[in-house]
Amino acid sequence: MADSIKMHVTRYDPEQDSAPTTIEYEVPLRKDWAILDGLNYVKDHVDGSLSYRWSCRMGICGSCGMNVDGEPKLTCAAFLTDYAPGPVRVEPLTNFPVVRDLVVDIEDFMEKLPRVKPWIIRDDDQSVIDGEYIQTPEELDEYRQFSNCINCMLCYAACPIYGIDETFIGPAAIALAERYDLDSRDRGQRERLDVLIEREGVWGCTFVGECTRVCPKHVDPAGAIQRYKLKAAKENVMAFLLPRGAR
Amino acid sequence: MKKRTYFVFVLRELSSVFVGWSAVFLMVMLVAVGRGEAAYQRFLNWASSPVVVIVNVVALAFLVLHTVTWFALTPQAMEIRLGGRRVPRVKMVNVAGRSVPAATVVRVGGRRVPSGMVIASQYAGLIVVSAFIVWLVLR
Repeated sequence: MADSIKMHVTRYDPEQDSAPTTIEYEVPLRKDWAILDGLNYVKDHVDGSLSYRWSCRMGICGSCGMNVDGEPKLTCAAFLTDYAPGPVRVEPLTNFPVVRDLVVDIEDFMEKLPRVKPWIIRDDDQSVIDGEYIQTPEELDEYRQFSNCINCMLCYAACPIYGIDETFIGPAAIALAERYDLDSRDRGQRERLDVLIEREGVWGCTFVGECTRVCPKHVDPAGAIQRYKLKAAKENVMAFLLPRGAR
Repeated sequence: MKKRTYFVFVLRELSSVFVGWSAVFLMVMLVAVGRGEAAYQRFLNWASSPVVVIVNVVALAFLVLHTVTWFALTPQAMEIRLGGRRVPRVKMVNVAGRSVPAATVVRVGGRRVPSGMVIASQYAGLIVVSAFIVWLVLR
């Protein structure tokens, strides 16, 4: 195994540069090092001005999403040895505006997520004194997969629809809406449907499936979206066949 | 196209054009058959010209792609309830290079049906229907 590997990292300082550039850094090639460790090495020993997001370094916080050799990845989960002998390209996440170096502006997602109301909606909120909502393990399993989303936004980077049309609400938002719809404690299906039964909602999706392919937590947002489409279609048919008063 | 996966996706979508072509082709054939021997012969002459043959061979390739991708995606997209409660989604596994759910939400008599079985049952259905049509045409 070679001693080191070259990383081609995007640098961009909006106050000085007119456009992003790529700088080559040589970092030690250690068996247990991820791309993130390489970036940390650069920041600690080569250029302290390199800017990037990271936190848990173990694939649960969702902060360190970047494009590695063109693929959206968590940099804490992409290992240097997988890209040896290199060079490996590290770029900011696709489809998001770049703030600086490898940091992207995620404001769009922050605005979209609350729109699907990702919380338990009920008319009759029990107070804490009344006790817990009871839920069986089977009921939990219904939505467990979709609750694994860590909001890392790799799916948005992978989605070609989101790349073309920024108004598309996106895979993670819909998967999280589905997570709450399937939660037995929730009664808010109607409200979420009203938000998602639009072209910017589920109908923008053409089931490319890239989101599911890149998801590091195996949430399968594409599956969630298609199931949501079926729900939405049924809703449309029911609304057509049965006038509101009868339902 | 930048990415191979995007390219395959576009091919998959394009295949529906050839599905449409096949449907039209079959309908034209049926109309020709209905109009009698002479019309049918004219149709056959047209259909055996090199251009049409090539188009149909290409169409067949796309139809195969269409069928294979459709059947493979069904378990991921659909939630089927068969006399039981909805089934939990489960972990993803690697099936032929794709990450797919290990089981679908198809439940038969209380037991979870794996994705592979849903896909296999679609092919079985295809074979049964095709066999029937072959019998119908050849008898």
